[in-house]
Amino acid sequence: MNLGFLTIFWRDMIRFFRFKTLLISSLVQPALWMAFFGIAMSANFNRLTSQIPPIPGVPIVDYLTYMAAGVIAMTTLFTSLFGGIVILFDKNWGLLREIFASPLPRNHIIFGIALSGMTKSFIQAIIILVFAIIIGARFFVGYTIPQTILSIAGILLFVGAFALGFLFLSAAVSVSLESPEGLYGIITLLTMPIFFASNALYPVSAFPPFLQAISLINPLTYLVTGIRYFAIGGDFQAIGIHYTATPGDILFAFLFLVLFGVIMFALAWWRFGKASVT
Amino acid sequence: MREPIIVVKDLYHRYGDFTAVDGISFEVEEGEIFSFLGPNGAGKSTAINVLITLLKIQDGTAIVAGHDVAKDPQKVRESIGVVFQEVTLDRDMTCREILEFHGRLYQMPLSERKRRIDELLSLVQLDSKRDVYTKHLSGGMKRRLEIARGLMTRPKVLFLDEPTIGLDPQTRTRMWDYIRSVNEEGTTIFLTTHYMDEADNLSKRISIIDHGRIVTTGRSFELKNTLGEDLVYMETDDDVAARTVLREMPEVREIQEKSRGIVLLLSGDGTKVLPLIMEHLSAGGIRILVVNLKKPSMDDVFLHFTGRELRDEGRKNISPPTGRKGGGGR
Repeated sequence: MNLGFLTIFWRDMIRFFRFKTLLISSLVQPALWMAFFGIAMSANFNRLTSQIPPIPGVPIVDYLTYMAAGVIAMTTLFTSLFGGIVILFDKNWGLLREIFASPLPRNHIIFGIALSGMTKSFIQAIIILVFAIIIGARFFVGYTIPQTILSIAGILLFVGAFALGFLFLSAAVSVSLESPEGLYGIITLLTMPIFFASNALYPVSAFPPFLQAISLINPLTYLVTGIRYFAIGGDFQAIGIHYTATPGDILFAFLFLVLFGVIMFALAWWRFGKASVT
Repeated sequence: MREPIIVVKDLYHRYGDFTAVDGISFEVEEGEIFSFLGPNGAGKSTAINVLITLLKIQDGTAIVAGHDVAKDPQKVRESIGVVFQEVTLDRDMTCREILEFHGRLYQMPLSERKRRIDELLSLVQLDSKRDVYTKHLSGGMKRRLEIARGLMTRPKVLFLDEPTIGLDPQTRTRMWDYIRSVNEEGTTIFLTTHYMDEADNLSKRISIIDHGRIVTTGRSFELKNTLGEDLVYMETDDDVAARTVLREMPEVREIQEKSRGIVLLLSGDGTKVLPLIMEHLSAGGIRILVVNLKKPSMDDVFLHFTGRELRDEGRKNISPPTGRKGGGGR
């Protein structure tokens, strides 16, 4: 079996750990989101929703816990969308020619970048999880240790599937573009609707219909649903809304992310086949 | 003649309306150093990119190391090494990592990678820079590291695209020594250059390429011999009359008109012919203002075959570019 993609993975991880400022900022930034946005918003939301009578018999989840899942998802989205940028730099600096002129099959470049991007997302997700719990998010409440481990595995499974989809997309865009500026532009355009038309920070039930429709085809919504299911549970209330998720819903969410990933991989495959670097 | 290791027939390559490579055919023998000499924009890099499978072949055939670039690009990639025109080193990786990455790309086993990295770093005298980031290397060191990388997988053919561009004269000479020693170990070398002296010094055979076509191919001395034994440049008080006189002389093979003065291609030994020429001219009442006798150089060969000097940037670079930035410093 050709394990050539591990070579690409190896190099990208060297770079990840070598650029200390990038490494530290990528780990600290989501923590800062939690610390500032999370605490500030949860203070407000908790005050606003304290008037709403709780639904009897349903566990109440505070806003910090609710949005922590969204911050994991958001960080995964950003990291993954930027994950392909190394291809763009390599292309601009001529380094991609060494790889394209080597016997390494091109899809292994995609696999390698995806694997390193996914690893980065895993590291970030775990850091946010730990940090969120430290500042008061109530994750895994009442879980036994095996249940907690299983839940973390479930979260990482969702994070991984989601990350792959957006890494493939990022790789496809990067290999098609000429300059990093173009990629920044496209990422900015994509992140707004994906992030805000989702359930990451607030419920979608109050959205106008067109926004709700977007949220239903938005992979981020399914990622957040998955993370909340594993970290909080399948039956809770937050911001006065009753959330339920059955294992069937979760399976559907996961399959949606897998389908998204497959489509994005096909896109990347096509773009890489077309790409020529000279 | 030994077996050809590269066989190219009727190769064309177009970018839209522009024909970069306009029907070239040539063969490279196993074990030789073969040069493409031509100005920037002549189509050298395009041709090389087709041979190393970075550009899809459009028209014609090319066999490299026994494999067809159209049908079996994968096999071609496995058999060749490439040193690109621009520096293609990751600034933030060490010399060892650069070679390690390359070896892994080609699926070399771990023990062989280790051995080869040691061998090559000492071949190009970068042992002491083993764990230094490439951004801290000088232009010449970067080039040497790239040559080492090109040799990592023991390729049958090493492609060098403008290997000494932007290097100072001393470094160039040392680079030529490396290239020769690599060739002596049995690697066939295909190089492109727009430096006359580089093609002249290094290669066994040279193809002069211009406007996407091969103008002529031959050994360096053969190419120079086509110009005759010696060249005479002269200015007289009446060039028109001088040409009439000189045309009658059997020792003068060809007369070329220049913007100032004339150039004579001699078929005999210039030291003996020149006094004759002077006699004839003074007998015809023509006064010589300037005269210069020299052996033909590759510059003259190029001028002769293309009808002009290396154009554009190429022209500025006929002498080694000492004043340019080192090694494509990125």
